Amino acid sequence: MSEKNIFKLTNLVKRFTKGKETLSIFEDLNLSIKEGDFVAIMGPSGSGKTTLLNMLGGVDQPTSGEVEFDGKGIEKLSENQLAKWRASNVGFIFQFYNLMPMLNAHRNVELPLLLTQLKSKERSQRVETALELVGLKDRAKHMPGELSGGQQQRVAIARAVVSDPKLLLCDEPTGDLDRQTADEILEMLQLLNREFGKTIIMVTHDPSAAKFANRVLHLDKGKFVEKELSL
Amino acid sequence: MTDLFLVYKNLTRKKMRLFLTCFAIFIAFLIFGAVSALKGALDSGVEMSADNRLVVINKINFTQPLPFSYVNKVKALDGVKNVTHANWFGGYYQEPSKQLMTMAVEGATYFKVYDELTIEPENYTNWMKNQTGLLIGERIAEQYGWKVGDKIPISSNIFSHKDGGHTWQFTIQGIFKPLDQKTDTSYVILHYKYFKETQTFGGTSVGWLILTTQSPSLNEQVAKAIDANFVNSAAETKTSTEKAFNKAFIEQIGNIGLIIYGVVFMAFFTILIVVGNTMVLAVRERTKEIAVFKTLGFSSMRIFKMILTESFLLSFIGGLLGMVGAYLVVGGVSKGLAGILPNLLIGPNTWAQAIGYMLLLGFVTGIIPAINALRLNIVSAFSRA
Repeated sequence: MSEKNIFKLTNLVKRFTKGKETLSIFEDLNLSIKEGDFVAIMGPSGSGKTTLLNMLGGVDQPTSGEVEFDGKGIEKLSENQLAKWRASNVGFIFQFYNLMPMLNAHRNVELPLLLTQLKSKERSQRVETALELVGLKDRAKHMPGELSGGQQQRVAIARAVVSDPKLLLCDEPTGDLDRQTADEILEMLQLLNREFGKTIIMVTHDPSAAKFANRVLHLDKGKFVEKELSL
Repeated sequence: MTDLFLVYKNLTRKKMRLFLTCFAIFIAFLIFGAVSALKGALDSGVEMSADNRLVVINKINFTQPLPFSYVNKVKALDGVKNVTHANWFGGYYQEPSKQLMTMAVEGATYFKVYDELTIEPENYTNWMKNQTGLLIGERIAEQYGWKVGDKIPISSNIFSHKDGGHTWQFTIQGIFKPLDQKTDTSYVILHYKYFKETQTFGGTSVGWLILTTQSPSLNEQVAKAIDANFVNSAAETKTSTEKAFNKAFIEQIGNIGLIIYGVVFMAFFTILIVVGNTMVLAVRERTKEIAVFKTLGFSSMRIFKMILTESFLLSFIGGLLGMVGAYLVVGGVSKGLAGILPNLLIGPNTWAQAIGYMLLLGFVTGIIPAINALRLNIVSAFSRA
């Protein structure tokens, strides 16, 4: 793990307006995450875990405050700039995999590469490598509906890493899986963190899942309570 | 994999829905292609009418005859170039269902007035010498496979032959051809003199006169002069340009244009609703997937284009199939209807219009779901799904 901060949140404020009522999620939230870290964010429902993850992933913007990624503020980027930023820097892993049902595993993994300048052959090679990494090279032609939940999540991981982003954002990645499969997925994330240096930020309800992270942050009432876990 | 492949996969993910939607578009364009061909065929007589040609009919209606003496009286008027006349024979070949447009004409003047028709000089000379000779149009020759020298019996559903029957025997002396392929040649002509001598009613009346003026600018003046010449006579006349005459003739069966456009409008309005609804539903079902695409880094504009492309593709698949269907249907019936509707075909203008309608349909049905996708907020899309 590097000493360099990949993320630095300064005085982050997020409020939602519903009718005449304004709901505050965070008030002056501050956080730094080191490059190559594996951070789990835990907290009760409605504590703002997913909102925070969305802001880190550039799919939601703060009401005020700064979100610095690699020393550059992303909170003021336009929608198009954020889309480009996400395509080059972030891999997303969702609770319900979110694979495209009309595409086979190979094509699902290839999707982020359509946003690059790579030629078809190079893209295919990268997809094969990513599927091999998650142990699903022989399932490349299978449709999502023909794969188990664990296999689908592994395809989603392959899709997240195929364009070699620095950052992986995981929203309850094991929330829909049994314990054994969940552990396999978490071990895979750990491998990506340790061997490939990916910075991983994972939102989870599951304390067993959080144990796979290097650092666990508890979010409660818009503030962090930090605990170090030894693995 | 390309964006077009993604569009194709989205389009074909629900095959039954794709089939039904395409079928609705197919039917609409089939109707459009067929009725446009019908309208084109009806209008072709008007389009191909010569600018300086006038038609003189009995003022009561065109089924009432005119005295033969009118021919020379009209010829003597200022501004008149050539005059000919024709009688409706009411012909059919072998059985009444095989209608054959047959007219008894004056051979010496007919081709002077209809100078857009050509005939081999030798054949024309032979016809002029042979009273039982028949000249047939090129389309009739193609339709029946007739050639010069063939002996053809033609019956009339109006007149009786002096021999007691309804059938006249003719020998084909020539085939007249058009300078422009759109000119109607799906009829046959026989000698007026022979017709008058052999039919039971006899007489010297003519059905109508056709004349050319020295210049189209003289049309109105000549038409007025002709009608004024026969005012208060036993057979008053009504003179109009050939264009106006043909148009009025077609409009006897109603405002064809309005009927056709009414049918086409209803068909398109229906598919607009069907396809528009299908596209809105199809995209709404994919809200979460669109959010995933955006999360992965696909720009909103790129997704907007993909949805609009899908809509255009849907419109073009159904539309082109419909037009090909119409082409086959029209091609199939055109030979059988050559006698009635000689120019029944789907012309380049109809194809161009159809392409325009496909583009319009694709745009109108795709623009709302495409804008919805463009505006889709990732966070609210995930929370909705």
